[in-house]
Amino acid sequence: MTESTNSEWRSAPPGEAVTPPGEAGSTLVGGPEEPVSPEPPTPPEQPGGKKKVVRLGDRLFQGVATGSGIFVVSIIAAIGLFLLVRAIPALHANEANFLLSGQWRTGDPENMAFGIVDLAWITVASSLVALIIAMPVAGGIALFLTQYAPKVLARPFAYVVDLLAAVPSVIYGLWGALVLAPVLKPVALWINGTLGWIPIFADGNVPANSGSNVFTAGIVLAVMILPIITGVAREVFERTPSAQIEGALALGATKWEVVRTTVWPFGRSGFVGGAMLGLGRALGETVALTVILSYTFEGPHYSIFDAGATFASRIALGSAEFNNHLTVGAYIAAGLVLFISTFAVNALARWIESGSGKGKK
Amino acid sequence: MAKRLDINDLNLYYNKFHAVQDVTLQVHARSVTAFIGPSGCGKSTVLRALNRMHEVIPGSRVEGSVLLDGENVYAPGVDPVQVRRTIGMVFQRANPFPTMSIRDNVVAGLKLAGVKDKKRLEEVTERSLRGANLWEEVKDRLNKPGGGLSGGQQQRLCIARAIAVQPDVLLMDEPCSALDPISTLAIEDLIAELKKDYTIVIVTHNMQQAARVSDQTAFFNLPEVGQPGQLVEIGETGKIFSNPSQKATEGYISGRFG
Repeated sequence: MTESTNSEWRSAPPGEAVTPPGEAGSTLVGGPEEPVSPEPPTPPEQPGGKKKVVRLGDRLFQGVATGSGIFVVSIIAAIGLFLLVRAIPALHANEANFLLSGQWRTGDPENMAFGIVDLAWITVASSLVALIIAMPVAGGIALFLTQYAPKVLARPFAYVVDLLAAVPSVIYGLWGALVLAPVLKPVALWINGTLGWIPIFADGNVPANSGSNVFTAGIVLAVMILPIITGVAREVFERTPSAQIEGALALGATKWEVVRTTVWPFGRSGFVGGAMLGLGRALGETVALTVILSYTFEGPHYSIFDAGATFASRIALGSAEFNNHLTVGAYIAAGLVLFISTFAVNALARWIESGSGKGKK
Repeated sequence: MAKRLDINDLNLYYNKFHAVQDVTLQVHARSVTAFIGPSGCGKSTVLRALNRMHEVIPGSRVEGSVLLDGENVYAPGVDPVQVRRTIGMVFQRANPFPTMSIRDNVVAGLKLAGVKDKKRLEEVTERSLRGANLWEEVKDRLNKPGGGLSGGQQQRLCIARAIAVQPDVLLMDEPCSALDPISTLAIEDLIAELKKDYTIVIVTHNMQQAARVSDQTAFFNLPEVGQPGQLVEIGETGKIFSNPSQKATEGYISGRFG
């Protein structure tokens, strides 16, 4: 009885039934009337109505789950919309080309000229340096922990690596600027001196021995994203089916060959996914880079010995300027680009994962 | 090719646990030896000790010797990787490498051994797949992943992979237990053919299978729970199944326990 009235309720709106929402409580009264009522409503009700028994718990859970999903998506959409709405007026007032200019003059709302090229370069360069260093190291740590290390050692070691993620980023910034940068000076000078003919290692817009450049920032970022990549990689490598590992061993594979033929092909996509997560973190890292990178008015020379600001550190540095709508809008426009690029990186990670997943089956 | 195995006083341990006690038996060349016995009696453990796969498990230990045509595979200085290249193994669950094509699966062992010659790899692929009675079914899709085959085909692919390196001995750990009767029959026929060229040791829970495919049968048993497994007797398959010398064997075979 209740079931049939429920289903009538569900199909009522499309069928243009008489019962308005207010009568929800009085279904018992409305219910019996329905079957007696003339043909039109009944045919569409029967197929769906008799088959599906929807329990209250299921409906509740489905509602909560769907609601949470919608909530998250709408939050993200709202953030994107907010960024867009606030950025547009500033972009209209912009006298430079937002995508192609490298200058950042936002102090006077009447006369703003700003573009993202320099920010994009510093952001991407430091993140890529970080990724290039962190990926092999993280992969190596994960393989060591899952394949080589004795169990007694693996646990505490993994814990220590995870602990790296718990260090506040301002500490990383101080460490990078005060400890690492001086240590790296000779290395930077050597690279610059020997490989300087390659543009990426040429002189930057600050002296190579200053230490407050993309090179230092990238290394600090590498340490910061190490735990993320290692954690993901460890998990996927651990899940390599033991049947496959034994299969390789029984064929006379050495430890390294086992890794190459089974563990790596199995975990590769997950590892790349983890690296993309790390990249996402590196792109958005703010405080550490604000501390490390020195500020310069000279445009970048497209070398890893450049200094400057990333999207995030530019926004952080500019917070003192947030005194009118248009100036804030300029920073928000930069934030929008960062938002979109992290989004794109995540989408790319998914795409890579699904791509190599297809290769598996 | 096709060497004999002499197992002497083999004792196997997992950490403190004594899994198998004092196994001594001979496996003849170019014949099929079946290991039967109730679950947990250590027959798979013994099988895995023959190609030094037992020691892959952390905490495991081996005492005694396994002689491959007189050479002890446990002698100091013997590389387990080398042992596994000469004593191949097929597992209970087919485990082709899912990311590799059928062809690459077959020649995986050869590639590990450093063979690069394309022509040779082609030849071995065809010979091994023919040897595993799989060639006709897959010859048109050698580049497709091995994971796309049916369970029985995957198991035959694993057999092809094992025989591609032309091992001296082929170990099979319940190779049909996850297969349907038709695929099982295909594998049993294959075993009968393979024994012309290979020494085969097969662990099976299926006593009819042991009776059908093997030349000699070894019966393992667990005297009591918690005690190490033992080899009760080994003999010609016909004799073990018709007139075993031990009461326990007779009881197990006639279905009184196990």
